[in-house]
Amino acid sequence: MNSKKSIKVALVGNPNTGKTSLFNQLTGLTQKVGNYPGITVDKKQGSCRLLDGSLATITDLPGTYSINPTSIDESIVLETLLDVESKEYPDLVIVVAEVENIKRNLLLFTQVKDLKIPAILVVNMADQMTRKGIFLDIEKLEEILQTKIELVSARKKEGIDALKKAILNYKEYDVNPLFKISEKIDQAYFDEIKASLSGFSLYKSWLLITQKNHVKFISEASKHIIDKFKVDQDKLKKYQHKETIYRYQYINDVLKKTYRIDRTKGKDLRSRLDKVLTHKIFGYVIFIAILLLMFQSVFDWASIPMDYIDAFFSYLSSWSKEVLPEGVLFNLISEGIIPGIGGIVIFIPQIAILFLFVAVLEETGYMSRVVFLMDKIMRRFGMSGKSVIPLISGTACAIPAIMATRNIGGWKDRLITILVTPFTTCSARLPVYAIIIALIIPEDRVFGIFSLQGMVLMSLYILGFASAIISAFILNKVLKVESKNFFIVEMPNYKLPSIKNIFFDVLEKTKAFVLGAGKIILAISIVLWFLASNGTSDFKNAEKIVAKKSVGKNISVEELESEIASFKLENSYIGVMGKMIEPAISPLGYDWKIGIALISSFAAREVFVGTLSTIYSVGSDDEGTIKQRMAAEVDPITGEKIFNFPAGMSLLVFYAFALQCMGTLAIVKRETKSWKWPMLQLVGMGALAYISALITFLILK
Amino acid sequence: MQTVADLHRGEKGIIEELSFVEIPLALMEMGCIPGKEVTLIQLSPLKDPLYIHVNGSHFAIRRETAERIILAKRLFNEL
Repeated sequence: MNSKKSIKVALVGNPNTGKTSLFNQLTGLTQKVGNYPGITVDKKQGSCRLLDGSLATITDLPGTYSINPTSIDESIVLETLLDVESKEYPDLVIVVAEVENIKRNLLLFTQVKDLKIPAILVVNMADQMTRKGIFLDIEKLEEILQTKIELVSARKKEGIDALKKAILNYKEYDVNPLFKISEKIDQAYFDEIKASLSGFSLYKSWLLITQKNHVKFISEASKHIIDKFKVDQDKLKKYQHKETIYRYQYINDVLKKTYRIDRTKGKDLRSRLDKVLTHKIFGYVIFIAILLLMFQSVFDWASIPMDYIDAFFSYLSSWSKEVLPEGVLFNLISEGIIPGIGGIVIFIPQIAILFLFVAVLEETGYMSRVVFLMDKIMRRFGMSGKSVIPLISGTACAIPAIMATRNIGGWKDRLITILVTPFTTCSARLPVYAIIIALIIPEDRVFGIFSLQGMVLMSLYILGFASAIISAFILNKVLKVESKNFFIVEMPNYKLPSIKNIFFDVLEKTKAFVLGAGKIILAISIVLWFLASNGTSDFKNAEKIVAKKSVGKNISVEELESEIASFKLENSYIGVMGKMIEPAISPLGYDWKIGIALISSFAAREVFVGTLSTIYSVGSDDEGTIKQRMAAEVDPITGEKIFNFPAGMSLLVFYAFALQCMGTLAIVKRETKSWKWPMLQLVGMGALAYISALITFLILK
Repeated sequence: MQTVADLHRGEKGIIEELSFVEIPLALMEMGCIPGKEVTLIQLSPLKDPLYIHVNGSHFAIRRETAERIILAKRLFNEL
C-alpha cells in the first residue's frame, strides 16, 4: 500500500485543445462529476495511477481563453488557482495547448505561470505536426518558458506515460513568474500595490484588483485595500490592455525562436469544409438535414430497444406477482415500483441518441459554424447565435440546456433563451408523445419511406421550436432589460469525433439525467401506489357494494372482479383527486384517470406514462403492456375509447406547452437568482397549454 | 477610414487601433491587437457575423465589433 497522499493536478486550457480527451486518457472510468459548492458548475474529477504506484487526483477545470473570466464557469479556474488555502488548490497545473493554436494557448500559460504554481505545458495533437508542416523546438521552448513540456496525442494515447512521469516530479518545477507586468506598465503604481497587499504575489494582487467581483476567500481587510485600487477603473482597463499586448509581444518573440510553420503544407481541411458548411444555401440545407436525421433517428432507431424494455418490464411485473408472497410489499413492488422504474428506463435509448448527436456536433467543431450561421437570424428574436446550442440541447433536457446559456454574453439574450428553452421538445416529453402517438396515429408510411408516426413527432418538435421562437420574439418586445453585449466565438479546427470522449459524455449525461429523474419518479410512484391502494370507506367495502349492485344480474366471476377493481380505483384517494379536477379537464377531452396523470406529472412529465401504468395495473390483472391497456380504456358511459384522436391530440398539445418539470423551475431560479422568472414561465406556459389544448379538442371533436 | 467590416472575403489588413468606448479585454486576449494582420475568412450569409483570422486565432465577431477595428492598410486579395 502507498501511504502518500495523492497529488492534486488541475487541467487548464482553452476550449477545443483536447483537454477533455487528455482527462479521459488519464482517468478513464474513475471519473466522477460533482458540483462546486454553491454553484452548479460541473466539477469533473478522476484519479490516475502513476508509474510508481501512487495516485494523482485530476480535476478538469472548465475551458477558458484567459485567467480573466467572462462567465461563471470560467471564474472557477481563477478561484481554484488563487485560493491557496482551499483543499482544491492544485499541487501542479497542467496547461493544455494545441499545436496549431499555440500562440493563443500560451497567453493562458504565461498567466498561470505568473501565479507561481508549479505548471507544465502539454502540447496536444503533436501527431499532426509533420502533416501540417509545424516544427517546434521543445528544448529551447522549455528553457525560455522555464517549464517542462510534454508532446502528447491524447487521442492516440501517445505521450501519456511521459506525462505521468512529469506529474510525479511536480515538486521540481520552477515557480518563478515569467513576466514582470510592473516594469513595462507602471513601476510606481505596481510598487504601491506590492506594498499595500504584501500577503499576495504581485500578479495575484493584480488579478484580485481587476476582477469585477471579489473572490470568496479574501479577508475583509484585504477587500478594503483592493476596493481602494478599484476606484480608478479606466486605469485598470488600460493597464489590462497593456498587459495583454506585452504578453503577446513576449509570446511572439518566444515563438520566433522556437516555432516554424511551412505554410505550403496542410492547406487545408478547414477552409474547404468552411466553404460548404457556412455556404449561404448549402450551410442551411446541411443544418436542417442534420436536425431531420436527428429527429428521425430518435423515433426510428430508439423504438427497437424501447419495445424490448417495455415488454421486459411488463414481464417483470407479472413475474414478480408470481414469485413474491402476497402482502403489502408484494403490491408495492409489482404495482408501484416496477412500472414506475419501467416508465423511465424506457426512454434511455432516446435520451442517449439525443445526447450523442449533441456531443458529436460539439466535438467536430460544427456547432460553432451553426452559431455563425444562425446569429443574425436569432438576433431578430432577441437571442444570440449562441442560443442555438441551448435550444438544440434542450431537445435532450432543459436543465443542462439552461446551464449552457452561461456563455451567452448579454443578460437579455441569455434571459430570453432561458425563458423559451423549456418549449423545445425535451426527452421527458418523448415517452408521453411516443405512447399517445402510438395509440392515435396509424402505423402507415408516407411515400413509402417516412413513417407517419415519425412525421407527427417531427411536427411536435417543430411546434416546440416555433413556440420558443415566437415567445422569444414577444419577450424581446416586452422585456425592458438593459444589457451590454459582446459576441465572440472561436471557430475551432474540424476534428473527427473521438469515440472515447463521446462515450464518456453521453454516459455521464444520461446517468445524471436518469438518476435525477429516477429519484423523483420512484418517489412519486410509491406515493401514487399508496394513494391508489387506499381510499374512502366505499373503497374498503368495494366487494360488498359491487356485489350488492350486481345481485340478480347475470355476470361472470371475472366481470365481477374487474367491476370491483375499477370501483376501488374510483374511490381510492387518487381517484377522488382525479374526480375533483375532472370538471376542469373534461373540456379538453380527458377523464379523471388522465387527470391523475396530469397531477402527478406536474413534478416531471415522464411520470405521466409511469402513472398511467401504475393506475392501470392497479385496476386490472391483465398482463398486457401499458400500451395495450391504454388502448383498451373506454368511457364507462358512452363506451367510446378514451384515447381517441381528438383527446390524444389535445394531450399532445398540452404536453408540448406546459412546464411540468420541477427540475427546470429550480434551475431557472438558480440561474436568474429570482423566483419571478420561473413563476412567469410556469403560469404563462400553463395558460398557453390549457387554452391550446382546449382549442385543439374543440376543433377536432 | 477602413475597418475589418470593409474587407472582402479573403482580404487582409493590418490592425491600427481598436476604437471602442471600452475595449473588450476578451477581444484582445483572443489575439486582436494593433499591428497584427487580420484576414476575413468568411462572411455569414446575412453579412453578419464575420469570421476572421488574426494572430493565430480563428473566431467570429459581429459587424458592430468589426466596424470598430480600424485598419492601417488594406492588403488586396492575393488570389
